[in-house]
Amino acid sequence: MKPDLRNNRDWIAGLLFIVLGALATVLARDYPFGTTMRMGPGYFPTMLGGILLVFGATILLRGIRSGERVKGEWGVRPLAWITLSIVLFGFLLDRVGMVPATVVTLFAAAAAGREFRLKEVLLLAIVMTAFSVAVFSYGLKLPYPLVGSYY
Amino acid sequence: MELLSNLALGFGVAFSLENLAYCFAGVALGTLIGVLPGVGPLVTIAMLFPITFHLPAVPAIIMLAGIFYGAQYGGSTTSILVNLPGETASAVTCIDGYQMARQGRAGPALATAALASFFAGCVGTLLIALAGPTLGEWALKFGSAEYTSLMLMALVASAVMTQGDAVKGLAMVVLGLLIGVVGVDVNSGMARYSFGIPELVDGVGFTVVAVGLFAVAEIVANLESREPREVYTGKLTGLMPTARDLRDAAWPTVRGTALGACFGVLPGTGPALSSFATYMLEKKIARDPSRFGRGAIEGVAAPEAANNAAAQTAFIPMLTLGIPATATMALMLAALTLQGIATGPQVMLDKPDLFWGLIASMWIGNCLLVILNLPLVGLWVKLLTVPYRWLFPSIILFCCIGNYSVSNNPFDVYLCALIGVLGYVLVKLECEPAPLLLGYVLGPLLEENLRRALLIARGDPTVFFTRPISAAFMIATVVILVVMVAPAARGMRRGT
Repeated sequence: MKPDLRNNRDWIAGLLFIVLGALATVLARDYPFGTTMRMGPGYFPTMLGGILLVFGATILLRGIRSGERVKGEWGVRPLAWITLSIVLFGFLLDRVGMVPATVVTLFAAAAAGREFRLKEVLLLAIVMTAFSVAVFSYGLKLPYPLVGSYY
Repeated sequence: MELLSNLALGFGVAFSLENLAYCFAGVALGTLIGVLPGVGPLVTIAMLFPITFHLPAVPAIIMLAGIFYGAQYGGSTTSILVNLPGETASAVTCIDGYQMARQGRAGPALATAALASFFAGCVGTLLIALAGPTLGEWALKFGSAEYTSLMLMALVASAVMTQGDAVKGLAMVVLGLLIGVVGVDVNSGMARYSFGIPELVDGVGFTVVAVGLFAVAEIVANLESREPREVYTGKLTGLMPTARDLRDAAWPTVRGTALGACFGVLPGTGPALSSFATYMLEKKIARDPSRFGRGAIEGVAAPEAANNAAAQTAFIPMLTLGIPATATMALMLAALTLQGIATGPQVMLDKPDLFWGLIASMWIGNCLLVILNLPLVGLWVKLLTVPYRWLFPSIILFCCIGNYSVSNNPFDVYLCALIGVLGYVLVKLECEPAPLLLGYVLGPLLEENLRRALLIARGDPTVFFTRPISAAFMIATVVILVVMVAPAARGMRRGT
């Protein structure tokens, strides 16, 4: 019988560790390896990459045997919105200032939730922006312009 | 008495108006955030760390410690009033605490939790003061070989003792170590895994890893599954426990403290396991075990005492050896390092004001917790009714500002988003993130000591087994591995 690998929890986990381990090992080949006595910068990461490969393979094999699925759904939509909200903050802060960045981030993050009530989010944005400005700009004196470019 | 003069020095430092204020601010903020359902001490510390970053070292660490036990305490309030613990350590308190609340005894349950925590906190603090110097002196004899073996033991223990799969835990440790490798190698000056990005030459910032792994990943996981949340909304009447409650809770508190204090110093176990173990113990020795699960006050006092005692004694290996036993302590260690303090046995000698000031401030912080929490319970209850859809965008926002402010660079914010995605995928695949964080923090130290140990031993790896202390750590590591992994392997064979 061919094992079912779709959404197989440990198969994916094993694969992930194998890929990361292989990547670490391959990249570490650019760094001098040295000897056990005088380790070069490549020694430790190569070792780690190799160990990760072994663990990954163990987990992967286990996944093929047990066939356990990932529990629940993959939350692609919340993940996408949350990630976007964080990236937008980084992108906007030094371009348009702290106030717009804060508002945009709150809106994008709120969109990740199950319910999105415009009035509530608007109110939340006003309150949290005022709070952040008070704490970070006035309280901690972080040097970000409230509105406008950093440059 | 040296201890007394040291403590006097500590209280002198901690009682300065400035430090007292930071201690208070830390405890208040920690409780405030920790009380929010689904926000544990780790996320709280990761989120609030950037605030302390701009302070001098002593007040910064005092405030961080305050945030830590404030959050720890806030978590127990949540688990009594809401049937959903903010973190694993208070999961056990949920069982009887929530039942007490439903029987209209939320007040006594909260007061018992506060008093048991306070007692455990005081004992734990005293233990740090007593054991710290002794352990520190012993640790001064440690060479690189000993440190390497000790770190190996801590990492292996933390990996295999977390819930779930031991092999996955080990893989997460290795992944954490690899993330720790990113940046300039101190010995050769070579930038590793930096992909030509200048920001990565300095390595991956620890707020980036902690916030991405714990805050971002956890929020997404919470959003994808809607957990029914029962909030106790009844009015709180009568805060004080009766004389009988106090009598019933007294011995469980003492036993919980003792057990928790032992568990706290062990690597990888920490508060969660200790509170679970004491709950089991109390249930076993109780005259009428059937009361447990139906609002037994012992079931609140013992685990609360245990997790607070463990939380305090977890500072012992972190402060004296520079080896964190839990992910939370790893964060504290990273924070100290960023403040430019090299942790380890030298801390007590080089910076006695920091060490003893911190200890004194812990005791003050525990007092503040009781003073702050009992009268403010009403406020915390109100906070619990704040819907999650208001909370999570705000948490995300603070994480963003915090990350940005550490190095004033948008790159850290992008990296945090990326680690958040990785963290979420790992959570879905049931890989515990705590060992990864521990590996990440210890990575550079482990490499450094490993290299030095082998250089001194002229490349002979048996050095780890011929030096007695190092050999003891190695044997312990192997024993932990065998004990924890063997049952899993047997289970696997049965499964096929």
